Amino acid sequence: MADDLVLTRLVGRPGVTTLEGYERVGGYLGLRKAVTLTPEQIIDEVKSSGLRGRGGAGFPTGTKWSFLPRDVFPRYLCVNADESEPGCFKDRYLIDELPHQLLEGVLIAAFTLRVSHAFIYIRGEYRAQRELLDRCVAEAYEAGLAGRGILGTEWDCEVIVHGGAGAYICGEETALIDSLEGLRGQPRLKPPFPAIRGLYGSPTVVNNVETLSNLPFIVLEGGAAYAQRGTAASPGTRVFCVSGHVERPGNYEVPMGTTTFRDLLQKAGGVWKGRALKAMQPGGGSMQILGPQHLDVPLDFKAVADAGSSLGAGALVVMDQTTCLVDVAKRLVDFYHHESCGKCAPCREGTYFESQLMHRLEAGIASESELATLSDICANMDGRCFCPLGDTATWFVMSAYRMFPDEFLAHCGAGRCPVRAARPAAA
Amino acid sequence: MLPALWAVQDQFGYLPSAAVAAVAEELELVPSEVAAVSSFYSMYFSHKPGQHFVQVCRNVSCALRGADGILAHLGRVLGVEDGATTADGLFTLEGTVECLGGCGGAPMMQVDRYSYEDLTPDRCDNIIAALRAAPPVEPGRDGGPGGRS
Ligand SMILES: Cc1cc2nc3c(=O)[nH]c(=O)nc-3n(C[C@H](O)[C@H](O)[C@H](O)COP(=O)(O)O)c2cc1C
Repeated sequence: MADDLVLTRLVGRPGVTTLEGYERVGGYLGLRKAVTLTPEQIIDEVKSSGLRGRGGAGFPTGTKWSFLPRDVFPRYLCVNADESEPGCFKDRYLIDELPHQLLEGVLIAAFTLRVSHAFIYIRGEYRAQRELLDRCVAEAYEAGLAGRGILGTEWDCEVIVHGGAGAYICGEETALIDSLEGLRGQPRLKPPFPAIRGLYGSPTVVNNVETLSNLPFIVLEGGAAYAQRGTAASPGTRVFCVSGHVERPGNYEVPMGTTTFRDLLQKAGGVWKGRALKAMQPGGGSMQILGPQHLDVPLDFKAVADAGSSLGAGALVVMDQTTCLVDVAKRLVDFYHHESCGKCAPCREGTYFESQLMHRLEAGIASESELATLSDICANMDGRCFCPLGDTATWFVMSAYRMFPDEFLAHCGAGRCPVRAARPAAA
Repeated sequence: MLPALWAVQDQFGYLPSAAVAAVAEELELVPSEVAAVSSFYSMYFSHKPGQHFVQVCRNVSCALRGADGILAHLGRVLGVEDGATTADGLFTLEGTVECLGGCGGAPMMQVDRYSYEDLTPDRCDNIIAALRAAPPVEPGRDGGPGGRS
């Protein structure tokens, strides 16, 4: 059903990563149309599309845009290409395959919001993607699609690709802004929200790569055409990154709401090696665990929330029956410990204690009473940290403990990992 | 600030303290302000790593598909522990890294600026052999294309 696709419909067209190739398949027609409309008309289309942010929080994009105070300039747009959520690799894919689609989306947003500078903040590890975007931006300037007097109008906008340098927290929008300003990337207190006081103290919108990549379609085909896909509560399509124990890991664009976890798993070839599903984690490393009992839950914001988790940044990590969830939790906790920015004590200290304890538990040398300590540590972090990084550092481990208490208990004093010990040698 | 530090690191392969002082002067800051920033980000090196920086992702998606085995194999092939540099200065092996966004091709590693996905021990051997055979690279230059096999 290629008609249903929005984001990936042009993937693989000849030369589509170049300006010429992209324009040959209709590229930049959305921007050309946008400059004939008023910002209010574009915001109305975006609102009627029902598009919600794909960076993790799912905030309605049109609404976010309308928070900018009237007549306060300069304004900035920050494109969040920091993608560092464990299990997420969709933004990298969208940049690799369709860099000009992103750039067109960036320019449409920049025109609508009347920003003078758009910064694409891309994580340092994506060096090849940064260079690709640099090349595309240069092509756009050359063709008069960026810079001064864009497309013969009075409108000027500079586009700058800015490389990060290895810090998960810089994906958080205010930390990203601090990092762009040349500081350590640490979150700021909200409010004021970036829309009021963001980059260099000016009104700023931060949007995710996938969010913006939808705009060319929405402007060209209309918000209603976008909203036809998916359901009323979760309109549109989304690129889900499926990884872990599946036959065909990869990015799959599917309509939201009408697709279930089972459908998505099937697209990825099912659980590998004919094994049974033990657990899955939607949304990326931050989100709560789900089990086989949730396979028929639709990929809908509310349905997944009701199941006790979140679609987050659109990942799905699949774990087969041989997986040790204590080991998985340990790796995620280590990640948050490594990436804690150190600004607030609950996160800085909490992730340290959490990590120490998970290593003892995984090695089978923790005592049963330490499980209570683990719950206590997590309870003292969740909701008490400066930003969501610290809160989410507890979500997977606590939800896995609640779903598989016996597995956690079996590690206590076992002297080794009981799950690994029970695994056939070849697994 | 970050672009300035990148320019230095691309030139020297790490951030020599004299260069950090020069960045500070250029930006009208004191060197400690620059150091406070550079030390926050994991990709800026205060010491020169090997000519090729081999980072093996061991986050969940890669771990589920055998990343620990890949790291151990590379350690044997290169004759170094996780975090160490080979005696000839050619390779630094690093097994502690953020998820590298290559989960679709797990297990994966990044060597310099290129991703190598769907790794097996054989494929690792070939990649290392190719890098060994390649002519010495200039500081800050890449070590050849990667991608999926
Ligand atoms: C710890 C943390 C990490 C985040 N990482 C990212 C990220 O890598 N990419 C992203 O787009 N949003 C990330 N976000 C969400 C951003 O703060 C922000 O909500 C998002 O970029 C807004 O864009 P959207 O409205 O288009 O979704 C992160 C949030 C937190 C708390």
